[in-house]
Amino acid sequence: MRRGYELLGGYAERAGIPVERTGALLVAWTGEELAALDGLADKAARNGCRECEVVGADEVYRQVPALGPGALGGLTVPGESIICPWTTTLAFATEALARGAAVLLNTRVDGVRRDGDGGGDGDGETVLLTNRGPLRARWVVNAAGLGSDAVDRLFGHERYTVTPRRGELLVFDKMAGPLANRIVLPVPGSRGKGVLISPTIYGNVMLGPTAEDLRDRADTSTSEEGFAFLVDKGLALMPALMREEVTASYAGLRAATEHGDYQVHLDTARRYLVLGGIRSTGLTASMALAEHAAELLAEAGLLTSVRGDVPEPPRMPNIGEAFPRPYMCDDLIAGDPAYGTVVCFCERVTAGEIRDALASPLPPADLDGLRRRTRAMMGRCQGFFCGAEIAGRLARVEGS
Amino acid sequence: MRLTTDVAVVGGGPSGLTAAAGLAAAGLRVLVLDREREAGGIPRHSPHTGYGLRDLRTVMTGPAYARLLANRALEAGARVRTSAMVTGWASATGGDGAGGEGAHALDVTTPEGRLRVDARAVVLATGARERPRAARMVPGDRPPGVLTTGQLQNVVHLHHGSVGTRAVVVGAEPVSWSAALTLRAAGCRTVLMTTEHARAESYAAFSVPGRAVLRVPVATVTRVVRINGRDAVESVEVEDLRTGERRTVPCDTVVFTGGWIPDNELARAAGLAIDPGSRSPVVDNTLATSRPGVFAVGNLVHPVDTADVAALDGRHVVRHVLAYLAAASPAASRTVDRPAGRDLPDAARPSGGATSSGTRTGGEHGDAGGGETGGMFAGAIPLRAEAPFRWVSPGLVRPGAGAPPRHRILLWADEHRAVARVVVAQDGREIARRVLPWPVSPGRVFRVPSSLLSGADPRGGPIVISLG
Ligand SMILES: Cc1cc2nc3c(=O)[nH]c(=O)nc-3n(C[C@H](O)[C@H](O)[C@H](O)COP(=O)(O)OP(=O)(O)OC[C@H]3O[C@@H](n4cnc5c(N)ncnc54)[C@H](O)[C@@H]3O)c2cc1C
Ligand SMILES: Cc1cc2nc3c(=O)[nH]c(=O)nc-3n(C[C@H](O)[C@H](O)[C@H](O)COP(=O)(O)OP(=O)(O)OC[C@H]3O[C@@H](n4cnc5c(N)ncnc54)[C@H](O)[C@@H]3O)c2cc1C
Repeated sequence: MRRGYELLGGYAERAGIPVERTGALLVAWTGEELAALDGLADKAARNGCRECEVVGADEVYRQVPALGPGALGGLTVPGESIICPWTTTLAFATEALARGAAVLLNTRVDGVRRDGDGGGDGDGETVLLTNRGPLRARWVVNAAGLGSDAVDRLFGHERYTVTPRRGELLVFDKMAGPLANRIVLPVPGSRGKGVLISPTIYGNVMLGPTAEDLRDRADTSTSEEGFAFLVDKGLALMPALMREEVTASYAGLRAATEHGDYQVHLDTARRYLVLGGIRSTGLTASMALAEHAAELLAEAGLLTSVRGDVPEPPRMPNIGEAFPRPYMCDDLIAGDPAYGTVVCFCERVTAGEIRDALASPLPPADLDGLRRRTRAMMGRCQGFFCGAEIAGRLARVEGS
Repeated sequence: MRLTTDVAVVGGGPSGLTAAAGLAAAGLRVLVLDREREAGGIPRHSPHTGYGLRDLRTVMTGPAYARLLANRALEAGARVRTSAMVTGWASATGGDGAGGEGAHALDVTTPEGRLRVDARAVVLATGARERPRAARMVPGDRPPGVLTTGQLQNVVHLHHGSVGTRAVVVGAEPVSWSAALTLRAAGCRTVLMTTEHARAESYAAFSVPGRAVLRVPVATVTRVVRINGRDAVESVEVEDLRTGERRTVPCDTVVFTGGWIPDNELARAAGLAIDPGSRSPVVDNTLATSRPGVFAVGNLVHPVDTADVAALDGRHVVRHVLAYLAAASPAASRTVDRPAGRDLPDAARPSGGATSSGTRTGGEHGDAGGGETGGMFAGAIPLRAEAPFRWVSPGLVRPGAGAPPRHRILLWADEHRAVARVVVAQDGREIARRVLPWPVSPGRVFRVPSSLLSGADPRGGPIVISLG
């Protein structure tokens, strides 16, 4: 985890991925939680994180004055950061593309055949059967998240089963931003107020997530129970937050398994590697995991030499609230008036940014994709003013 | 780029444009800033007729009305800049903020570059919008095809796009019928309209086409509890709030209507006192906010009333801005009279200019709820409304400063009352009681003549409006 944190931090800087070192504060609400803080501080210190500090209730309220009544004490975690998850994965994909990888979207692996099995002339290549036809590969890395156990079974293994764990979140209006300038965490393992409040990289405040095991791996719907639970928690944790408007609600599925650890297994004979069951912290750990995977593959004889001519990481457009965005930049606008043409008012997204996203190496496939690239329509009006305009811009590009 | 003006008007809808026309006609330098490509505000995409009744004494379609008001502002000499998004307040250079050059400064983004606008006074006219699904916390799948009326009318009337074929409209207010009309124009049938209230609200003008022509079934005391459909809307689940019974209504489009919230970002960024019920900046009868030299008009202060009422706010604020600027710089026009109190208590106007806003300093930045007492609002009497009312506008009356716009106090109710028995009280004393000839209806503004306040004690405590 620590390695992942360092690698990602460095990469984010080079690629222009917005990151904010907000720090975090673990808050104890019960005597039991308060008693656990010292142990947590020791554990953190043993893991190399020495800046954590146990603080009293006064300091807790000084750091986050909007907290509801009843906090007994806290533990500061100065190193915690927030990052833009969309820009990060997009940067990875863009870089892979630049290095020569092909990215095939809407391509689902439904079956696996070993070439040669069918009497062909293959040298043991794997054929992946997809909805868009067969694909051949000498090596296969299975990083299929919620679907990774199914793909693993296609390779003949019976190692783990993914149980989708739904996490619902409420995202509050940017005007709530001043209420939470750092991440407010529950004490781990506590049964009390087990949700977090966090600033988002876009300037909002987020409350959640819930944790609920599901069967349906595609069910990212939100639920009445989830909302009721979050509202309840929110009222206790930070009453002032609940007086602000909700800008969005989300549900994500974590790939939980029956095992505590990530599922990383190498099958040299079959030329197959699985990186599965990465239920949480998978974004933070991603680059360390990739490094580990590369080592495994090198040992297995796949990577024999390192290319000297790899391109630099892409420079990603900034959509983070804490960094300059085009609408604020005189020189950008002077060079191109499109950066001064605000199209999405709530999130201050300009025509220039939308045009750039649509012309990028991996253009968004739909309105949702465009939203995640640019923040357009992500704001408090959810398209009341700009929805039609933005859909029109997407349609014009698709039409041409 | 720096621009200097006497008055900056933020928002070029009916209220902002009307204020601009009046202020420019009075000889002031006026700059209207609107973030849209064209001025006119909401009426630009509302093609049905019904606009202009009270302010222009005629009716026309929304787009015609928008163009007319924009032209009037231009003809009066106001400058109107479109594609000009006000992104925040810059730190002012004008010293004590008492109406001098640079008392207020705005940051603006335009395709021609960023502007810093220095103004002696600012009129906020940023309007209101509908709460989208997320703000109403309606759970379920999150497919496209879930809109607000504003977005729907943008799609259909400005972009000539299409929507689905079967819509559920959430809300049964005037704006909901407007949505149903737009859906019909787009070839989409409204299969159900839902309202949590006991009856559907509609304009008289809408009840005929609404009920007879549109033939929309309305489910009252009903709430949408879930949206189904992963890639496209397939159905909504609705609950009868009386019985708790739920049923599924197949549809491919959902329109959330009403549920108004003012566009109060700039108001909040300025630290203006905010009304907790409406979330609007608190204003007094002169439409002054808690910050000297900053006024607020239109749906920003009463989310929402009709466009003509918003426009008449714009007309109302003109003399108060003029008075403010005249008081701020005595050299300025002497032809501007302080408005005389007519139907509000006048007797207690304290001597020594304590009610002449321009000379006041201190207490400039009120915060939510706290701004009513000191500073700008010193000497004003708070107005409060009791349930079923959610908010009242103006939030204070300043004795001696004249009537509020149209001699009306505006209120918003959460429940229907067929007979409106209005009771006005102050410090436990009833000062007026009257049955008004119009009902109290959720989803539309309830208007009370301000003459009902004339018996108030100018030195007394808050005036409370309730239903008896
Ligand atoms: C609510 C929530 C909050 C979180 N917060 C954090 C956080 O703060 N920090 C953090 O580090 N992590 C966080 N996580 C966890 C993080 O998102 C995951 O750990 C991470 O996404 C796992 O990455 P992955 O590459 O293993 O899988 P995924 O991100 O799930 O990617 C798997 C990909 O494989 C594709 N796929 C699946 N099956 C097939 C198939 N058969 N054929 C082709 N493609 C297939 C999928 O379409 C998907 O694109 C959070 C998760 C949730 C749900
Ligand atoms: C669907 C619908 C149907 C309606 N039908 C009718 C009807 O039939 N008859 C009727 O009388 N009324 C009707 N109304 C109400 C009417 O449209 C409003 O009352 C009126 O538009 C309010 O005017 P306004 O000036 O307060 O605000 P708006 O018209 O909302 O104008 C606000 C302006 O401010 C601008 N703005 C906001 N923030 C900024 C910023 N930061 N920088 C720059 N510019 C900014 C916006 O772009 C906008 O142009 C309807 C409303 C709706 C939504």
